[in-house]
Amino acid sequence: MSQATRGFREKKAVVVRFAGDSGDGMQVVGERFTEASVTVPNAIATFPDYPAEIRAPVGTIAGVSAFQVHFGSETVLTPGDEPDALVAMNPAALAVHLSDLTEGGMLIANTAAFTEENLAMAGYKSNPLEDPELQKRYEVIPIDITGLAVEALKDSPLSQRDKLRTKNFFALGFTYWVYGRPIEPTIAFIEKKWGAKIPDVAEANTKVLKAGYFLGETTEITRNRYMVARAEVEPGIYRKISGNEAVALGLIAASRKAKRGILFSGYPITPASSILEAMASFKHFGVKTVQAEDEIAAIGVALGGSFAGHIGVTGTSGPGMCLKSEFIGLATSTELPLVIINVQRGGPSTGLPTKTEQSDLFQALYGRHGESPLPVVAANSPSDCFRAAFEATRIALQHSTPVILLTDGYLANGSEPWKIPDESTLPDIEVPFAPEDKPYVTFERNPDTLARTQAIPGQPGLQHRIGGLEKDTKGSISYDPENHSEMTRLRAAKVEAVAKSIPPMRITGERTGKLLVVGWGGTHGAITSAVETLRAEGFDVSSTNVRYLNPLPPELGDLLKGFDKVLVPELNSGQLCTILRARYLVDAVSFPKTKGRPFRVSEIRERILELLTA
Amino acid sequence: MATEAQTAPEPLTRKDFVTPNDVRWCPGCGDYAILNSLQRTFPELGIPRENFVIISGIGCSSRFPYYMNTYGFHTIHGRAPTVATGVKVANPDLSVWIVTGDGDGLSIGGNHLLHLLRRNLNVTVLLFNNRIYGLTKGQYSPTSPVGTTTKTTPGGSIDHPINPLLFALGAEATFIARTIDNNPKHMVQTFKAAHEHQGVSFVEIFQNCVIFNDATWDPVYAKQNRERQLLHLEAGKPLLFGKDNEFGIRMNGLSPEVVNAADAAPGEILVHRPDHPSSLYSQVLADMSFPDFPTPIGVIRQIERPTYEQQLADQLEATVAKRGTGSWNELLHGNSTWTVE
Repeated sequence: MSQATRGFREKKAVVVRFAGDSGDGMQVVGERFTEASVTVPNAIATFPDYPAEIRAPVGTIAGVSAFQVHFGSETVLTPGDEPDALVAMNPAALAVHLSDLTEGGMLIANTAAFTEENLAMAGYKSNPLEDPELQKRYEVIPIDITGLAVEALKDSPLSQRDKLRTKNFFALGFTYWVYGRPIEPTIAFIEKKWGAKIPDVAEANTKVLKAGYFLGETTEITRNRYMVARAEVEPGIYRKISGNEAVALGLIAASRKAKRGILFSGYPITPASSILEAMASFKHFGVKTVQAEDEIAAIGVALGGSFAGHIGVTGTSGPGMCLKSEFIGLATSTELPLVIINVQRGGPSTGLPTKTEQSDLFQALYGRHGESPLPVVAANSPSDCFRAAFEATRIALQHSTPVILLTDGYLANGSEPWKIPDESTLPDIEVPFAPEDKPYVTFERNPDTLARTQAIPGQPGLQHRIGGLEKDTKGSISYDPENHSEMTRLRAAKVEAVAKSIPPMRITGERTGKLLVVGWGGTHGAITSAVETLRAEGFDVSSTNVRYLNPLPPELGDLLKGFDKVLVPELNSGQLCTILRARYLVDAVSFPKTKGRPFRVSEIRERILELLTA
Repeated sequence: MATEAQTAPEPLTRKDFVTPNDVRWCPGCGDYAILNSLQRTFPELGIPRENFVIISGIGCSSRFPYYMNTYGFHTIHGRAPTVATGVKVANPDLSVWIVTGDGDGLSIGGNHLLHLLRRNLNVTVLLFNNRIYGLTKGQYSPTSPVGTTTKTTPGGSIDHPINPLLFALGAEATFIARTIDNNPKHMVQTFKAAHEHQGVSFVEIFQNCVIFNDATWDPVYAKQNRERQLLHLEAGKPLLFGKDNEFGIRMNGLSPEVVNAADAAPGEILVHRPDHPSSLYSQVLADMSFPDFPTPIGVIRQIERPTYEQQLADQLEATVAKRGTGSWNELLHGNSTWTVE
């Protein structure tokens, strides 16, 4: 055993969950723990779980905020199912999260917060930390985190209130010791964030972080430390990226590759707001953003931008999509490029604003009046949001159509390491405007894609009018029955033609066999993890993730028919499954989940085993 | 992109702005006169034809783009201001005109109009006010007077109407004017002034719906009434009206009142200042209505404020100056990376 690993037990992967009051800084420590782990490097995935209320009453169940980190020496595709360790900063956090902690897992509890008042708010009649059952089931490590943090700062000039606020770094320091994480990146972070502005705060946080680490080292509070070996990671330059950040980058990359200006307009809505925020931070890339007065205005501004020759983009979540649907119809009718991002959340109505769901697939496909087909693309991991946003923009421009990009709250807020692509590997998007030396026929189509060519205001001689009324090829208003029938057919055929430009499907496993698991969007990690493990154990199961929900990949029908059974796990009541059954007449089995949380790998594994042994 | 202002080879004429499409408004509709006036205005603005964009919502007035040989976008009900915002932000060189009506602009699209006005984009809004829903065949509108009897209000409407000028003033529009569809000369003059204003220009046009609300403005602007009922606003001129300018407006406390000009003390008659430092003055004008007061037409308010698109462009420029032009490397790498070898 080498010096570095002495005293450690080796594990392939570990899941740690930090939970506390929403004012306890759990998101901050989660982010720092993530950063420390990527520098090892470990493979990693994270999932923040925060309440809808910014500041629910302190100590209440409603105010619990959590951040889960899954790090491993092999591939990590999900934030993990059951945590191996739970850091509970107060009784409410324990009450909400204890049931998830794995049997025998480590429970680090801040005893200072287990007061009578806090216990009552969390619904406890007695202190659960004193319950012998708890001691038996878990490795309970009670620490007076608050008290020790304040004690470490007895010489600090900070106010008592500010001293109390450092306690999250104490908890973080202790977990660093347990898992042998490097402490330096966090010290650098503290220095960068507060060093220049409020050096006392920087000093205090660093001191408390170290105090937490040293507590492990100098006391024998736990004998168990865990080591996760370096992961075999593909060489390259990496960064950490969340889904919403990746969307912003993908959009801007596509606009650069298309040599078009980009105009992003949005209206603040959870969990999509950070796309607008990210876009607004890229002004020196020529990115124009407009925070509109409402969801309708946001898409109107974006469509206006597209009409004037930019690529117009709007981003929202389910309720906003409802408001935008009339404008999406106008974009479909006028055949202008437009990207509409729906970061899905639990519905209907206000629903579960901060929780994830995939229940807007039907809305994306069918949620407009009239025959109004459009391409729908879904991202399948936080970093994949980059490719998906790039691809949605490419399709919008090359096929002169609005495109809906579906992500979800889990992808938007989750983050993972991203191997930064070389810019030269991204394809150019060639979409010229109409030539000025020949007469412009507004709805004349490219014979291959059926896309119309756009002329933009400012181009001499190409003046024309467009609108939502039915038109003929020349763009003149037409109520002619045959023309309407033909234009309806053409608009649909244009969307179908997108299938010619999409890459082949990726399959985990074989193209034929006993069971195919079909997923779409953010379930990709959980499904792939379950299927890869089962395949390694010798089970005949394969899986695929459908990125293109409209048009569906041409090979999908044959693929489905090559398997005895098809299972469709979805975070909705079975929307894709219904489509597959209707479209391909296969007896696909739905595996729905609507709890506002992602699938656990174990849930999918169990359902697969049930089907394989049935 | 060919968006920079280019010099037209020959002077444009009204004909250059006429489309071959049949105009399909009802015979006698006030919209014809407005269309004609705009087609006469555009050639005189010194802008290449390809740089005009007309954007409308839904309603009779919103058919307008089809009849103007420029770039045009007939959008959806009430939402023209949003599309216009996107066009202007994407390309500030374009001359953007929004055509809307009392229903489109003040009912379904009231929110967007409010925000367009307060943002001060350099665009012009022409709001055709006929106090009725024409395209849907005669329901009362948000500007219909209380008591308007229509098929949806058989007992008379009970909603207090919106005064478009007060609405624009409340939104702090930087240019607010009113004109009338039976005075082409006044329309052209008003449209030109609106165009010349750097910032958002809001123009209410009294427009007659010959089918569903005929003669709605006759008490104000019919030949036999207009000398007594219209107050022509001109910057620097006293507020006088009547056949021989025999009446004037003066203030009595915070309220205006009509006086015989001859009876007024020197300096008592208000002198028109569109750039009056107090919006209270503009409000006095905007609030004056039939039958107690003459109805003002012309430019009610015109003040200076930076435009939205200019400020946005300035921010983009300032960010480039501070951080340099964004590069691929900066875009993709962000603040913190690590290398795996």
